[in-house]
Amino acid sequence: MSAAAPVVPGTTGATPGTVPAVRADPAAAPLAPRARLLPALGAVYRAQLSRARVARIPLLFVATFQSVGIMVMLRGVVDGGDAEAARAVVAGSSVLVVAFVALNLLAQYFGQLRASGGLDHYATLPVPPAAVVLGAAGAYASFTVPGTIATAVTGCVLFQLPLVNLWVLAAVIPLAGAALAGLGAALGLLAPKQELATLFGQLGMSAALLLGVLPAGNMPAPIGLVRDLLPSTYGVEAFARTFDPHPDWVMVGADLSVCAAVGVVSLAAATWAYRRAACR
Amino acid sequence: MSTGTEQAAPSTAATARDAVIAVRGLVKTYPAGRGRRGAATPAVRASDGIDLDIRRGEIFGLLGPNGAGKSTLVRQLTGLLRPDSGAIGMLGHDLVRHPERASRLIGYLGQESTALDELTVSLAAETTGRLRGLDARTARAERDAVLAELGLTELAGRAIKRLSGGQRRLACFAATLVGERQVLVLDEPTTGMDPVARRAVWAAVDRRRAEHGATVVLVTHNVIEAETVLDRVAVMDNGRVIACDTPAGLKVLVADEVRLDLVWRDEPPLHLPEVAALRPAAQISGRRWTLRLPQARARAVIAEITGGQAFAALDDFTLATPSLEDVYLALGGRQKGLVKA
Repeated sequence: MSAAAPVVPGTTGATPGTVPAVRADPAAAPLAPRARLLPALGAVYRAQLSRARVARIPLLFVATFQSVGIMVMLRGVVDGGDAEAARAVVAGSSVLVVAFVALNLLAQYFGQLRASGGLDHYATLPVPPAAVVLGAAGAYASFTVPGTIATAVTGCVLFQLPLVNLWVLAAVIPLAGAALAGLGAALGLLAPKQELATLFGQLGMSAALLLGVLPAGNMPAPIGLVRDLLPSTYGVEAFARTFDPHPDWVMVGADLSVCAAVGVVSLAAATWAYRRAACR
Repeated sequence: MSTGTEQAAPSTAATARDAVIAVRGLVKTYPAGRGRRGAATPAVRASDGIDLDIRRGEIFGLLGPNGAGKSTLVRQLTGLLRPDSGAIGMLGHDLVRHPERASRLIGYLGQESTALDELTVSLAAETTGRLRGLDARTARAERDAVLAELGLTELAGRAIKRLSGGQRRLACFAATLVGERQVLVLDEPTTGMDPVARRAVWAAVDRRRAEHGATVVLVTHNVIEAETVLDRVAVMDNGRVIACDTPAGLKVLVADEVRLDLVWRDEPPLHLPEVAALRPAAQISGRRWTLRLPQARARAVIAEITGGQAFAALDDFTLATPSLEDVYLALGGRQKGLVKA
C-alpha cells in the first residue's frame, strides 16, 4: 500500500455514531465501525455470565463445598476463641473460592479456548482485546460472589467471629477477583498447551489453599516469602484484619491496594497475551 | 479513477478496483517441528505462491482435500495468520500491513464453535452483533431477523452445545450474518446440515448477494456442493492453486472423458482377459473400481463387460459425466479426501 496514502489520524478509534474513514486507497471501501470498549466489555460479560447457567453451577458448588469442608475440618484443631488462627482460616477459605473460580477455572477456560481455536471467533471481530479479557475476568470474578459470601458467613458462625464487617467483601471480592482472574487469564493464554494451562491453574489454587488458610506467624521464612508473592494473600490479610474489634483500616486499604495493583498488571499482561495468542 | 496509489503497490491496488479480493504471491511456511524422541516433522509450505482475484458479488470456492492449504489461505485472508511474503488486497485495503482491518470488512464462519457453544442461539447471535460494533437495539433487531430468516426462532433459547451438529453449524452461521459485511468467508458452512438447513444457508447467501453485492469465499471439500453453488472455484493442492475457473469451465478440461464405476459382487474375475486389462487403470476402493476413460472406450468396455461372462460377477455399474473430483485428479491432484455428498 502506498506509503503516502493518508491514514487519517485519529480515525482508527471509532467515535460513537461515525464510520471511521480509514482510506489508504482512494477507492478503498469504508471500514465498518469497531466495537467500543465498554459496550463490547458489557456484551462479553453478559455472555460469559450466561454460561454459568449452562456449565458452571456444579463447579461453583464444588468451590464452595471445598472451602466449607476445609473450615469444618480445621474447626477440629482451631478453637473458636483462638483469634488469629480462626481469622486466618475463615478469611483464607473465603478467598480460596475466588482462587478456585477466577484463577483455576479461568485459566482452564482460556487454555481450552486457545487450544480449540475458539479465540478465532473473537479475533475476527473488531473488538478491543481488553474487552474480551476484562469481560471474561469480570464474569468469573462475579461467579465467586455467592460462594465467597456463603463461606464467610458459615465460617463466622462456625468460629464465633463477628459478622459486622463482612461488608468489606464488597471490596475484597472484586479486587482479589481482578488480581486472580488476571493471573488466571494470563496463565491460560500464555501456556503453550492446554494441559499446562490446567496445571498452572490447579497449582495456583493449591498455593492459595496451602498458604492462605493458616496463620502466617508459624510459617518458616522461605514459605512466608512465597506467601507474600501470592496475590490472594493480600485479599486474605485485608479480610482477616476486619475481624479485629478495632480494625486498622489503613492496613486493610493497603492490602486491597496491592490486590488492585496486581489486578491492573495481570489484566494488562492477559490482554497482551490475548493479542499474541489471537494473531500469529 | 485516480491512479495515485499504483506506484507503491501496483499489483494489489490496480486489481483492487475490479477485484474485491486480490491475492498475489502468497507464501506461508510452517516451520519444521521437533517431535518427541527425535521424530522431527518437516517444514510445510502451506501456501506456495498463491495468486487469486475474487470479484464483487461472486460465490468463490476453495476446493481441495484436507491439507491442501485452504484453511491456511483463509486464515491469512481473515487476518488470523501473517503470510511470510506476498500481498492481500481486500476492497482497497492492504491486509498484510493492516490485518486488523479484516475484522471490519469480513464476516467469518470458522470451523470451531467453542467460543459460542455454551451460549443460547439468541445470545450468540446478539453478542456477535454487539462485538461487530452494533448498538444494543440494532443487534437485537438483526438477531431476530436473521434467526427468523434461517428458521432458528424456535431454537433461540437453546444452548448451542445442546443442538445437533447441523443445527449448531446453522446457529454459528446466524451469528456470522448479524452485523452486515461486504465479504463473507465461510469455512465449510454446511457440514452436518440436512437439506433444509443447506437451502436456508444458500438462500441467505443469495439474498445478501442480490441486495448489497456481498462477496462470498467458501471453503469446501464437497464437490457436489461446489458444482451447484459456486460461480468460480480455485482447485487447491499442496498449497498451490492448480486451476481456477467456473465449475463448467473446469469440467471442459476433462470433457472427453467419462467416469465408469464397476462394483463387483465379490472378487473381480481377473481370469477374464477383458477384466484383467482394466485393472492397471482402475482406482480400486474395496469392491469398487473407478475408471476414467474416453467416451468411446468407456462404451466399448461396458459392451464387453455386460455382454460377456464378467457380467455375472458384476453387482452394479454407473457411467457418469466428469465431476470436479475428476478435474482435480486430471490436474495432478495427489491426495484423496474430496467428498461427494
